[in-house]
Amino acid sequence: MNPVSNHKLKSTPTRKKRRGSFIERTLSTLIRKTERALFAEELARKEGFLQKLDPRVKIIGLLALILDATLARNFFTIIFIFAIAVLLAIVSHVPLRTLAVRTWLSVLTFTGTIALPVIFITPGDALFRLPLLGWTITAQGVTSALYLLLRVETTVTLSLLLVLCTLWTHVLKGLRVLGVPVVFVVILGMTYRYIFVMLETARNMFEARQSRLIGSLDARESRRIAAASIGVLLTKSFYLNTEVFMAMQSRGFRGEVYTLDDFMMRGRDWLALAAFLLLALAGFWFGRQDSLQSFVNLHF
Amino acid sequence: MSDIIFDVQNVTFRYDELTALDDLSLSIKQNQRIAVLGANGSGKSTFLRLLDGLYFPDKGTVSAFDEPLTEESFQNEEYAFRFRRRVALVFQNPDVQLFNPTVFDEVAFGPLQLRWEKDEIRRRVTETLETLEIAHLKDRSPHRLSGGEKKRVALASVLILDPQVLLMDEPTAALDPKSRGQVVDFLINWGGTAKTVITATHDLDIIEDIADFCFVFQNGRVAGFGTPAQILNDQNLLESTNLIHAHRHAHANGKIHSHSHRHRFHDHDHDHE
Repeated sequence: MNPVSNHKLKSTPTRKKRRGSFIERTLSTLIRKTERALFAEELARKEGFLQKLDPRVKIIGLLALILDATLARNFFTIIFIFAIAVLLAIVSHVPLRTLAVRTWLSVLTFTGTIALPVIFITPGDALFRLPLLGWTITAQGVTSALYLLLRVETTVTLSLLLVLCTLWTHVLKGLRVLGVPVVFVVILGMTYRYIFVMLETARNMFEARQSRLIGSLDARESRRIAAASIGVLLTKSFYLNTEVFMAMQSRGFRGEVYTLDDFMMRGRDWLALAAFLLLALAGFWFGRQDSLQSFVNLHF
Repeated sequence: MSDIIFDVQNVTFRYDELTALDDLSLSIKQNQRIAVLGANGSGKSTFLRLLDGLYFPDKGTVSAFDEPLTEESFQNEEYAFRFRRRVALVFQNPDVQLFNPTVFDEVAFGPLQLRWEKDEIRRRVTETLETLEIAHLKDRSPHRLSGGEKKRVALASVLILDPQVLLMDEPTAALDPKSRGQVVDFLINWGGTAKTVITATHDLDIIEDIADFCFVFQNGRVAGFGTPAQILNDQNLLESTNLIHAHRHAHANGKIHSHSHRHRFHDHDHDHE
């Protein structure tokens, strides 16, 4: 008996576009991420507002705004910081579509999933009772979920702007200059590199598998292969990453990050730093007031 | 200083249960061109990593430039910089060696770590890229290059340091004939007679061009040594170390014969009886 027949192959429709299994689609998505990361370096080399700033200013300024958005108890303050992030994206030539697809939609999906139960389980004033299930949506629950969503959207957008508009080596060097310990920076650098290695390995494994696949496998077989592949992928990428680290060591790497470009604070950098800090201070001041809670209390 | 660059004495190195190098002893002199031959898994790559101070032996000692090569030595920044400047390793898989966003950054990485002057780095990077005829690739991402181009960028990334010793791990592996020829030409010409080149390979076709002395490894030990001509003429050694194999083929008249086979295109005289 032909061993191929043991794999319960299904014939592939010739005209219908094959979408592939969930696993295959996930792997394809992972592969596309590699290309996106490369695209990110292209963005960092553009002549935009954030790109022109000294990396230290960007790190301090954007981190201050992230801190503001995290601590703010005022809904409108978070929206204001989010608006600043969008404005920064526009003047830095970051396509809003990229942000919407890569960040806002993903955050909405994942954080939304986490936040969803909160609207039911948070005790408080009842807003609506779900028919059949009898679950009660509370005003305090909705407030908490909205805060969580907005905070995550805002902080992730600001973080992404930092990474998209700054060469990765400059981010690492900037962190070192600002006193972040070398161990932390090395771990961060290697983690970033590890993601690349893992995606590259995943891509090769995926293509190798595709090249040997006739038709499509059933779901159970796909899951079995995927589980085995994930284990192999992790082992392979760990091995490759160790090799990369040795190649770095071989050329003199000892943990410190050096770049050809010298950081230099110019007039516009000082102005931008002042503006960032002023905005952060204002955000901190106004963010202390719990306006949405008052708004919710007033109207419901 | 003696003319011995590397002195390896009774070195054993293990990967968990697997012994990669087993009580290995050998010396390498200054300005020698050495080929380390051996089948897959014979310990060649591990040996190069020991010489580059990336691995350290479980037993035995390795000395480089009359100083012991130990983990402790590398804690000393001055020693580490001096060693890294003198010894460079080109990995078998160029992908592990290319981790910067552009080719220019890749080649500048080593000198930056060794804290050269930045203007000097820019000048030397441009020169090195031109020497290896890859100046046109300087703004490209190393990940998007062809295999031959990657190999040349990997070479450029270590040659910019103008090392005294060049360690090459399988330099011609997975290269097309043109790229392979370029790498071999480079190894023939690089540094004239003033450099030490240690090449790990199982490509017997290139050893007469790139080496004046060979070590043959098997199971982490030296199974033989000699000039390339001596090694290539020792059929028993080559067969016992799996560097060649008995090859059977048919001729047009239907006669089948077997002979030692070491590469795809070969000339041999024989009679069919």
